[in-house]
Amino acid sequence: MAEKVLMKGNEALAEAAIQCGCKHYFGYPITPQTEVAAYMSKRLPKEGGVFLQAESEVAAINMVLGATSAGVRAMTSSSSPGISLKSEGVSYIGGSDLPALIINVQRGGPGLGGIQPSQSDYWQATKALGHGDFQLFVLAPSTIQEMVDFVSLAYEVGEKYRVPAMILSDGMLGQMMEPVEFPTKKDEPIADKPWATNGHQNKRKKNIINSLYIQPEELENIINERYERYAKIKENEQRAEEFMCDDAEIFVVAFGASSRVSRSAVMQARAEGIKAGLIRPITLWPFPDKTIEKNIDKAKKFLCVEMNKGQMIDDVKLVVNGRKDVEFFGRTGGIIPTPAEVLGEIRKLAGKEN
Amino acid sequence: MAVVFEKPKALADVPFHYCPGCTHGIVHRLVAEVLDELGVEGQTVGVASVGCSVFSYNYFNCDMVQAAHGRAPAVATGLKRALPDNVIFTYQGDGDLAAIGMAETVHAATRGENITVIFINNAIYGMTGGQMAPTSLPGQVTQTSPYGRDVKTAGYPIRVCELLSTLSGTALAQRVTVDSVAHVREAKKAIKKGFENQINKRGYSIIEVVSTCPTNWGLSPKEAMNWLRENMIPYYPLGVYKDVTAEEGGNK
Repeated sequence: MAEKVLMKGNEALAEAAIQCGCKHYFGYPITPQTEVAAYMSKRLPKEGGVFLQAESEVAAINMVLGATSAGVRAMTSSSSPGISLKSEGVSYIGGSDLPALIINVQRGGPGLGGIQPSQSDYWQATKALGHGDFQLFVLAPSTIQEMVDFVSLAYEVGEKYRVPAMILSDGMLGQMMEPVEFPTKKDEPIADKPWATNGHQNKRKKNIINSLYIQPEELENIINERYERYAKIKENEQRAEEFMCDDAEIFVVAFGASSRVSRSAVMQARAEGIKAGLIRPITLWPFPDKTIEKNIDKAKKFLCVEMNKGQMIDDVKLVVNGRKDVEFFGRTGGIIPTPAEVLGEIRKLAGKEN
Repeated sequence: MAVVFEKPKALADVPFHYCPGCTHGIVHRLVAEVLDELGVEGQTVGVASVGCSVFSYNYFNCDMVQAAHGRAPAVATGLKRALPDNVIFTYQGDGDLAAIGMAETVHAATRGENITVIFINNAIYGMTGGQMAPTSLPGQVTQTSPYGRDVKTAGYPIRVCELLSTLSGTALAQRVTVDSVAHVREAKKAIKKGFENQINKRGYSIIEVVSTCPTNWGLSPKEAMNWLRENMIPYYPLGVYKDVTAEEGGNK
């Protein structure tokens, strides 16, 4: 068993990427993800890797596109406004069937917003991080240990299905410290990337990495093939945690930082005799609809708790499809809801006075 | 029968989509000849940009990546940093390089990114049907400057080689054209030097080729060549704007 070390979320994530064989980092400064870049700039040159501070987020994501085209594990990290700038490159990465790791340490938006933790990029990450029909594999850690563990998962799934992957973190997880353990078995990039543009050496046919298909029939075929892969991801890669769900009647659904608060609230509700449980989506895309479906018969009500004005609730409602009530509680602008606030909402749904 | 003239091996045996009188075909050939002569096609990755040359990924026989508009230098940077011993080049037009991709261009140059950039300057956006480019000449009539480019409102055309020659990371900034046999030979020498610089790890090399766009200029191929000589070359003088090999006393 590896030794536990106390680390800040952003730094733990960066170290995990290095241990996964990511030797190419491209980024641009923005709060609250700064520590990822700072850590990489200190460590990567000593690992024989490349840290490059780009002229913009736009350039950084396109450098990632270039590096991942060459077949190496590459990454970039940013925070909400910077992720918007990256959306063009992310669309090209998706449209070129390339794996890549993109970190969003979310802050409040829209516009310049604020610098405090937020979950208001849920829609962006899961529905439309760029133009066109495409998806990212999106993971939402809720502990620093998960910030570590999800890096290798993101690379593995991304390479297996040739899709970009995002770790949707937030300013709270990025900045807080917790003890973490790094896996002793190192995850290595898959060696066989027959699609990579790394020079054909006159030994194979030339490779082209491209997202342009002028003939609509051809483009439709390409997209249909991609959606077959997405269907496999939906089938095989959904992940969620169930906490006190066995006999629950009121199901709190929350991810990331807001799931930590919700977990406390659920435990307090249980102490008061309310049968509350927590479903914590770990993959935001694919959304873990199987876990919702599994619990729907026994559920009386769902309560989505988010640090935004209500975004993930759309996906919960799509699964529930009118069969049960789905309520929402959220704080936004960089405010983290308190366990007491969430408990108050649970009590209301349980028909108990505050 | 002896073959006296054939396609370079690095150039695919497919018909180009370029218009009659467009100089993309000549420049493609020169790049391919250089890749052949240096024997590097197998190590080379080219980056196609957005513009008329977007389909160049079908024309060069080396591995190719197609980049978003203006982002070819960033994509090339990512490729080169991952593959430092490979040969990476971008092939970009004036809208791509000097408008939407100016930040990527300037920063790739100032970092001394060890890549080779082929820059086609034909003073117009060709693919989208002839809009004003950052290099359109004062008074030039285009679809979006129908009364002629008015420098009071649209500003002045950018001289890219002059601008990039001020940056320490630039190894070679040379402007050439391909309107005559002599100029074609000179252009090829410059392109070859740009690739040799990369092999010798000298940094960013840009070869600007003053080019034609007969279709969007509304001229015949012959008239377009004359228009290039009479209007483009005076504003964009041919020559070497920076050459670190010459500064070091090397071959010029």
